Amino acid sequence: MTDFDAVLQSRGLSRYHGQGESLVRAVDEVDLDVPAGQTLAIMGPSGCGKSTLLHLLGGLERPTDGEVWLAGRRIDHLNERGLARMRRRSIGFVFQNFHLVEELSARENVELPALLAGRSSRAARRRAADLLERIGLGDRTRHLPWELSGGQRQRVAIARALANEPLVLLADEPTGNLDTAATIEVLRLFADLRAAGQTLVMVTHDERVASTADRLVSMHDGRFVGDTRLAGGTGRLGDLIGLDG
Amino acid sequence: MQDAVLAMLAKEPSHGYRLRARLRQALGPLGESMNAGQVYVTLARLEKAGLVAAERSDGLPDRPDRKVYALTPAGQQRVSAWLSEVNWPKANLTEFHLKLAAAAAARLADPVELVDAQRRELLRRLGEAQRAVLAEPDDSTAGLLLEGVALRLQADLRWLDACERVWSKPKNESEDA
Repeated sequence: MTDFDAVLQSRGLSRYHGQGESLVRAVDEVDLDVPAGQTLAIMGPSGCGKSTLLHLLGGLERPTDGEVWLAGRRIDHLNERGLARMRRRSIGFVFQNFHLVEELSARENVELPALLAGRSSRAARRRAADLLERIGLGDRTRHLPWELSGGQRQRVAIARALANEPLVLLADEPTGNLDTAATIEVLRLFADLRAAGQTLVMVTHDERVASTADRLVSMHDGRFVGDTRLAGGTGRLGDLIGLDG
Repeated sequence: MQDAVLAMLAKEPSHGYRLRARLRQALGPLGESMNAGQVYVTLARLEKAGLVAAERSDGLPDRPDRKVYALTPAGQQRVSAWLSEVNWPKANLTEFHLKLAAAAAARLADPVELVDAQRRELLRRLGEAQRAVLAEPDDSTAGLLLEGVALRLQADLRWLDACERVWSKPKNESEDA
C-alpha cells in the first residue's frame, strides 16, 4: 500500500465480539481512505460501530482482522509499546466528556502530551501557550477545568490533542455534551484547523455537526452504507431562506 | 398533484376513479379532503398539455369517469424528470411522499434511492447553512435566521430517515386490492 495521498487508511478492517451464534460484527470489513487535510464525519445509529471504528483507527483497540495504515505505515500489528508511542506522537484524541485532568490547569493539561512524548518542560510550556492562544483561551491558561464552560473545556481538550502536531485528529462525539452555542465554538475551531490543513475524523450523531465536514460516511451494522461529498455546497442559500422570489 | 397523477399512470393506464382511490390510499386521512372533481380537473389539464391521452371505453357514454387515461411519450419523460429531481419542495412533504409511493407502485425507481439522493441534497444545504452560521459573529441576528433554517433541515432529514425505514421494508401488493 503506497498511496501516500491518504494519511489514514484501512483495508478489511474488522472487529468482532463473541462467536458462533452470538457473533457481533461491530466493524465489518471497512475500507477507508482519508486524504490529508480532509474533515470526515462518520454517522450512524447508536451501536452501528462508529466509535469502535474510531478506536481501531487510532490504535485504542485491536482489530480482529484487517489493516490500518497511517501515513503509509502499517500500525495495526505494532506491539503495545510501539502502539502507545504512535498514539502519543501521531494521533490526537478528542472525547465527548473532555477527559481533562481536573486537578491540572488548562495550560498543564495541554502541556501533558508533549511532556509524555519527552519534550523539555520549556518546549511543552511554549507549545501549550501557543495552542491556548490559538483557540482563543490565552486568558484562561491558569483556570482549572471546572472553572471553564463546556465549550471552553472541549477547546482545551482539542488543544491538548494537538500538542504533538498529530497527523490525524480523531474526535468521538466531540459536541455530544455541548449546547448549541458551545457546539458552534467547537465547530469554529474545527473550521480553523481544517483551514490550516489538519486531517480530522469525527464520529457524531448530529446532522448539523456532520454537515460541516468535507465528506460524510454513514455506518450501519458495522459497514459503510453511504459516502457523500459535502464540500462546496449548493450555492442556493437564497432558496433556503426563501429569497428566491 | 399533476406529477403524482402522471407517475401513477406510469404503472398502467387507469380510470380516473381508480387514480383517485390510489391517491387517497397513499395519503390516508390527508387524502380525504381531496374532492372527486380534483383528479378530473388535473387529468383534463394534463390531457390539454399533451401529457396524457384519454380513451373512451367501448359502448359507454362520453363522460370523464368512463375514460381510461394513459401517459403519452411526453408524459413519460416528465415522470422521469420528476423522479430524478432533488428539489426539496417548500414545506411540501406531500409531493415527496407521493413521489415515493408512485415510484414504488410503478416500479419506476427505488424509493430508498430517491430518499438517499434527497438526503444528500439536504445535507449539502444544511452544511451550507451551518458554515454560514459559523461565519457570523455570536450576536448576529442573521445567525438566528440561519439557525431556524438549520433546524428545519434537520427535521426534514429525520423524516427522510423515517421514509427510508418504511420503504426499505418489502411491500406486499395490497396497493391495488
